[in-house]
Amino acid sequence: MLVLALDTATPASTAALVEVTVDGLTGVAERRTVDPRAHGERLAPEIAAVLADAGLRPRDVTAIVAGVGPGPFTGLRVGLATAASMGQALGIPTYAVCSLDALGRAAGPGRVLIATDARRREVYFATYADGERVTGPEVAKPADVAALVRGATGGSLPAGVLVGAEEAGGGTSMAGLVERVAGEGALKYGDVFGVPVEEHLLYPPGAALVALAAERIRAGAPGEALTPLYLRRPDAVEPSARKAVLT
Amino acid sequence: MRDEPLVLGIETSCDETGVGIVRGHTLLADALASSVDQHARFGGVVPEVASRAHLEALVPTMQRALDEAGVTLADIDAIAVTSGPGLAGALLVGVAAAKGYALAAEKPIYGVNHLAAHVAVDTLEHGPLPEPAVAMLVSGGHSSLLLVDDLTAGVTPLGATIDDAAGEAFDKVARLLGLGFPGGPIIDRAAREGDPASIAFPRGLTAAKDLAAHRFDFSFSGLKTAVARWVESRERAGEPVPVADVSASFQEAVCDVLTAKAIDACRANGVGTLVIGGGVAANSRLRVLAEERAAKHGIAVRVPRPGLCTDNGAMVAALGSHLVRAGVAPSRLDLPADSAMSLTAVSVPG
Ligand SMILES: [Zn+2]
Repeated sequence: MLVLALDTATPASTAALVEVTVDGLTGVAERRTVDPRAHGERLAPEIAAVLADAGLRPRDVTAIVAGVGPGPFTGLRVGLATAASMGQALGIPTYAVCSLDALGRAAGPGRVLIATDARRREVYFATYADGERVTGPEVAKPADVAALVRGATGGSLPAGVLVGAEEAGGGTSMAGLVERVAGEGALKYGDVFGVPVEEHLLYPPGAALVALAAERIRAGAPGEALTPLYLRRPDAVEPSARKAVLT
Repeated sequence: MRDEPLVLGIETSCDETGVGIVRGHTLLADALASSVDQHARFGGVVPEVASRAHLEALVPTMQRALDEAGVTLADIDAIAVTSGPGLAGALLVGVAAAKGYALAAEKPIYGVNHLAAHVAVDTLEHGPLPEPAVAMLVSGGHSSLLLVDDLTAGVTPLGATIDDAAGEAFDKVARLLGLGFPGGPIIDRAAREGDPASIAFPRGLTAAKDLAAHRFDFSFSGLKTAVARWVESRERAGEPVPVADVSASFQEAVCDVLTAKAIDACRANGVGTLVIGGGVAANSRLRVLAEERAAKHGIAVRVPRPGLCTDNGAMVAALGSHLVRAGVAPSRLDLPADSAMSLTAVSVPG
């Protein structure tokens, strides 16, 4: 089964073709451009390019896997609108996966923090043990995330962070939750987290995105709507009482 | 195919998600989803709210359009999408989706100019447009006068608002009168019971000194402030605000300026056809006044029905159909969403 994977939750626009077999995955082609403002322009040509690289046509694709974030909204929607429209046009299922999970899975064994840039001096983050998500995804300031992974509690931590961490840890101490950090947020705020940064793992890889949906693909599970993980409400304020124009 | 191409149009430049399908000049489907209710409490369109709504609405709206037209994506000859101008994040959803459809169905894609599409939609109702024509596009997002020499090649901007859009002025005045959102239809209704000559509100950029530099430009900010001042002084004096008279007088000021400048633009360019589009084109007083004044100079006024004046997918499909028939080269898959797209190109060059 030929699967198209798309992700635009980070500054990278990623398009990959992955062959899913009964017992494994084989990467067929992958293209990636890193430009936080160019998802809208780069993604579609990349899809055309991976198909051309593989000598295949769109109708050869049997499923689409899309990273649904969290990520900066405007770029994130490019990937999801593209995936949803292609799925509809081809009459094939679309599967949603968390973009951070693809990084967490690719990070491999051990306890890992995945952090991507959420702008406004915050990161989207989640923690993983041996590739499986333990807490998150959430959005917070890097210093607050660092406090969490060092085992501090209370103070400036957003409520959601504490709840997620305690539930996952089964106790009150989060000390030693992670031993490494990956994702482009790790590179940007590496000094803050106080654990080693994996500089080679910055963006969700295509094969990891597909791996997260492989069971559903093999089982022929029904596709689903690609709902973005926004984690933030739109900035919108209701107008206050009108200002006087007479002085 | 060249004579009667089957073209699909996608529109997401503001708060309406539109998918339209035309065959040649014939409208087959015009499916629309609006997020207007989600913006009402903010008194104007919130870009992020609009973008989120577009992403949710696109696939179902596409399905409704295909069902309505009784065609599949495989039958379509070309896909057109609004590339700009408009809200950047909102445009991007439509452009990305259009690329997905074009890629998957292996169809040519045209990134088109939203303003030119507002003009093109009139041909679905009134047939080929005599060129050159003057187009006046008035809505919450635009207030423009355009000289249309060739709808498939380029359109010359003659003038535009230098501050608020006409529809924006309607929204702001409706809000200060406590009437709700969107303001256009509400003011139109309230004005029916009022006297348009009761209050002399200012006509922006109509004084001789302004006409030298801004003959075909508009300004509605001063008018909005004048209405606010008038209402506030009434309230301070403890007197009731005559909502109908204020509405009628405000609406008259807007329509007076719009139609006077549109007719002047026609006469200055020796043009015999005026097309009016955009949400404000649905205003009843604007239509009457435009026809009255145009008739005096032998100018024909063309206004599409209200459903086609506001943003929709049919207008994008209509322009796409013109482009296909004219043999214009399609855009490429890297075509951008351009929030400030200029009118020098009607479509993004291939
Ligand atoms: Zn418009």
